[in-house]
Amino acid sequence: MMASMLATESPPVQTTRIARTVAVTSGKGGVGKTFFSANLAAAISRQGLKVLVLDADLGLANLDVVLNLYPKITLHDVFTGKAELDEAILAAPGGFSVLLAGSGLVEYSRLTPEIRDQLHSIFESVKPRFDVIIIDTGAGISDVVLHAVSMANEVVVVATPEPTSMTDAYATIKVLAAQQGREQLNLVVNQVTRPGDGRAICNQLQQVVERFVQSPSGSPPRLTYLGDIPQDVSVREAVQKRQLVLELHPGSPASQGLVQVATRLLARTPVPH
Amino acid sequence: MQEPAIASIDLAPVALAGPDAASDGLRLDQALSLLAQAGWQPPPHVARHSQAWLQTVIDGLCDLSSRDALTGLANRRQFEAAIAREIDRVARVGEPALLLLADIDHFKKVNDTHGHAAGDVVIQAVASCLQDCVRPMDLVARVGGEEFAIILPNCPPAFGQTVAERIRLKVAHRPVAIVGGQQLHVTVSFGGAFAPQWVRSLTALWSERADQQLYRAKAEGRNRTCLDMPPQTSVSAEEKGLLFGNFTPPEASEASGHTGDAPITTP
Repeated sequence: MMASMLATESPPVQTTRIARTVAVTSGKGGVGKTFFSANLAAAISRQGLKVLVLDADLGLANLDVVLNLYPKITLHDVFTGKAELDEAILAAPGGFSVLLAGSGLVEYSRLTPEIRDQLHSIFESVKPRFDVIIIDTGAGISDVVLHAVSMANEVVVVATPEPTSMTDAYATIKVLAAQQGREQLNLVVNQVTRPGDGRAICNQLQQVVERFVQSPSGSPPRLTYLGDIPQDVSVREAVQKRQLVLELHPGSPASQGLVQVATRLLARTPVPH
Repeated sequence: MQEPAIASIDLAPVALAGPDAASDGLRLDQALSLLAQAGWQPPPHVARHSQAWLQTVIDGLCDLSSRDALTGLANRRQFEAAIAREIDRVARVGEPALLLLADIDHFKKVNDTHGHAAGDVVIQAVASCLQDCVRPMDLVARVGGEEFAIILPNCPPAFGQTVAERIRLKVAHRPVAIVGGQQLHVTVSFGGAFAPQWVRSLTALWSERADQQLYRAKAEGRNRTCLDMPPQTSVSAEEKGLLFGNFTPPEASEASGHTGDAPITTP
């Protein structure tokens, strides 16, 4: 009885839940942001939560590439009225759902008022149906990225130990504090080669933020260190096979790092924004 | 050497066999009377209906259709073409550009109190004042009744307020003489926004941001400048110094040898 219930796909539970909304952003591209978003979603869904990843990299979306999905229906079809929103929400390999922008929709790299409104209405209508919504933003600090981040209550900034990535992460934190009044931001350091580097980078960033950054309320934003993801050959393999590292090599150092990041994120009380 | 393609467009033999055919077919009379009304003179020493003469007529018409009749400033059409070019340039080059919108304060009162002729004089005076205050590379346009727009390419955000204030004060300190020997003191409100750098955007969004600032300037009491400043994304040398002060990034060779675990960003 129990087994047969579990075997069938559980019907969407009608609750009054409002999802925790988490934007993943980085400033610099190529730091593993989308890969992180997808694996974070898998790690959170393993804890029994219903997760949606919204691909907000509207111009150069590649969540579908990371997940090896060939969506027939994307956000583009919803925007243009060719499909219903429900048809565009797809099941991803890691047990979570994705809403894909569709690659190469270059026209959406311009944030028109229409796109802005459509994104908002889609976002509001999926909120009651999930526990956690992860917004995977594009690279850079463009108006599309800033807008996508502004829709979320919480922000995770992904950086690597590379100086350019650290600088861009810092610039992102600065803009989010000044423009959106963010007082608390989460940091994840990816591709860490030496244990302790992630924490050191976070401390370093916090120090500069305290000295140079002010949110409109007057206080500098606090960085919460969620952990690092070690440099790991299993990640390279997963990327090449277009699979989640959590599925391919669940015991790898990178997977362990990802699970820890997810646990720390969930343990935090969501900050109202 | 190949001739440029444009040279193959030979106007002469088409409809200019006789002056009458040219006049009728090309509506030259109408064009010439429009041009004459705008003060255009046919070029001396150029044979009527010759290709060179026609070229000056076309040039005159182009100029006419891109200018505002009352002020001689760029009209809305020319402004929209210019702002579209500028936003694409800023997206590509990243050079900061400022769009200023100016609106004459209490203009309706001028019209109501002193008549529409006086209103026209005020608009002309403000127009020439704006034009006097800018660099040759800037474009001043009349975009509505008493509303003007100025596109300032290569204007660093730190200079924006100063530039706008200089123009605003110039207008405020230059009384406008209207008929009857009266002098009117006119002020303008400025709203401005910088073009988004390095990203493609829409002119509508850029001018919407400037417009919101103009609205703010009006709401805060007029005769002032409000600017929408771009996000401060630059990181100073001092900030970088502190950021990397106690942290030595892994060796360059070490880092570059293992960057393969990042998903490749599709170009």
